[in-house]
Amino acid sequence: MRQLVIDNVEKNEFLVHRDVFISEEILAKEREEIFSKCWLFIGHESELPKPGDFKRKRVGGRNLLFVRGEDGKIRAFYNTCPHRGALVCRESEGNARAFRCFYHAWSFKNTGELHSLPGRDGYPEDFNADGSKDLKEVKRLESYRGFMFVNFDDNAVSLDEYLGNAKEYLDLVVDQSETGMEVLPGIQEYAVRANWKLLAENSVDLYHAMPTHKTYFDIKKSQDPNLKKLHVEGRGVDLGNGHAVMEYEAPWGRPIASWTPVWDQELKEKMDKIKARLIDKYGEERGRRMTEWNRNILIFPNLVINDIMAITIRTFYPVKPGYMEVWGYALAPVDEDGKHRLARNDNFLEFLGPGGFSTPDDNEALELCQEAYTNNKEFEWNDISKGMPRGKENQRATDELQMRSFWRKYKEIMEKSLSKEVVRS
Amino acid sequence: MTTETLNQVTYQDVVDFLYYEAKLLDEWKLLEWADLFTDDGKYTIPPIGRPDADPREALYIAHDNRRRLQDRAERLLKKEAHVEYPHSTTTRNYHNIIVTDLEKDIIKAECNFTTHRTKREVFDTLVGRHKYELVVENGQLKIKSKKVILHLDSLRPQGKVSLIL
Repeated sequence: MRQLVIDNVEKNEFLVHRDVFISEEILAKEREEIFSKCWLFIGHESELPKPGDFKRKRVGGRNLLFVRGEDGKIRAFYNTCPHRGALVCRESEGNARAFRCFYHAWSFKNTGELHSLPGRDGYPEDFNADGSKDLKEVKRLESYRGFMFVNFDDNAVSLDEYLGNAKEYLDLVVDQSETGMEVLPGIQEYAVRANWKLLAENSVDLYHAMPTHKTYFDIKKSQDPNLKKLHVEGRGVDLGNGHAVMEYEAPWGRPIASWTPVWDQELKEKMDKIKARLIDKYGEERGRRMTEWNRNILIFPNLVINDIMAITIRTFYPVKPGYMEVWGYALAPVDEDGKHRLARNDNFLEFLGPGGFSTPDDNEALELCQEAYTNNKEFEWNDISKGMPRGKENQRATDELQMRSFWRKYKEIMEKSLSKEVVRS
Repeated sequence: MTTETLNQVTYQDVVDFLYYEAKLLDEWKLLEWADLFTDDGKYTIPPIGRPDADPREALYIAHDNRRRLQDRAERLLKKEAHVEYPHSTTTRNYHNIIVTDLEKDIIKAECNFTTHRTKREVFDTLVGRHKYELVVENGQLKIKSKKVILHLDSLRPQGKVSLIL
């Protein structure tokens, strides 16, 4: 059997074969075993506040239509006409009572039913009695506290079971707001010329923060005269099922209630009140964790929720082994006042996104990895062992346990699948 | 490009000024570029498809006040701004320049832009429209605001706006 990941706890050795980043064959397996069987984030329920609201979404390589029907229910449809296949919806978002495929003018209600078609008399009386000419719905669409996921495997375990221990960390994000959370308009859609798994790694990698993002920390130092020592440390936790989190302190402001000197006194007072309220409601330990600590959560395989200098939701899909498409969202409390929201958004943009002072440097690092995998024949393995001698319970956020959690799940799924193939041949 | 008095700014002065700005950026003279802005200057890139979005309600790509745009310029000159080190090679073209309100305190200018960037033999192009608010300070044109409206569906395949546009 072909080994993609070598996991030897006794020897403190953890290696990932570099072919997983360049092989077409492995990508084809990932499409089958990961992107057709795992729970995949489609969007946040706040994106569709009113009946008829819709957004097109690309999830797991599929073209989906994410819609709140006139009955108030959110559904995901395959965006394809049951007749000859054309997209029934071409706008990226909007509000519609019906979707009409322009090719032959078949028209569908926003709840999916075929509503009308020209030349009805050319079809039998009972045409579509079985619903096979309605928009095809993704059967499994489940939500956890506003985060909505689809699964293309009808027999998959429930989302609740899949998320498992990760739910505690999603709660720490969602509970920060008493009014609920919403996604902001202006989803950042960009690309990285690198394998998608490199971004999964990078999103829960604190080891790289100082060397890769030195220019950002220089700016932080210039903004805060009291910031003598840059401290970025905390713990890394394996959440099971391939999910992982790092939770840590860092020298940036957190828009919920962790003030920093670039913000004014008025905001400080407001944040102090929010913090006091959260501590009152959730207790000292949890309240402080929510307001003062940062967390980067990786939900296997490709959902990242970073609750850091702002909250971002990030998801990404491979188009080719060396090219991924990325979606970056901002998540914020509903009804946050304008001044506070602007501080939050400006804090986001200082670090995050395609115009930020850090994300482009991350992406450059991933692209340099990808470019150098031309050397795979002579240099085969990546090392992901940092922190192993400390033992699982003592992992620092700057260790690599978070990545090992991802790779262990990946190994379990992929090596099983690859070995099946060998048995068959 | 110097103008003697406020009310004598001509269309050609503004065009020369814009070309000068583009040249500074192509030559990586980013501190000189930042100096073109007034003390309350702004440099913004609204979300794609939402040029007039409220920055409190929508997620911009860049929303720089004067301090942030200075940080941006200084950062990009550092070796640790990895995405632009070694510096990419760029070609900025400004076209379809329209200037209005020449006689007012705030002069408006807008133009299409085409910015080509190449680095590591990867060639990308970003296109869109710049909208400027210009003022005259001490006989010099200064940028009070520059808004960059991307005319793209997404940042694919470019992936980033690491340059100053």
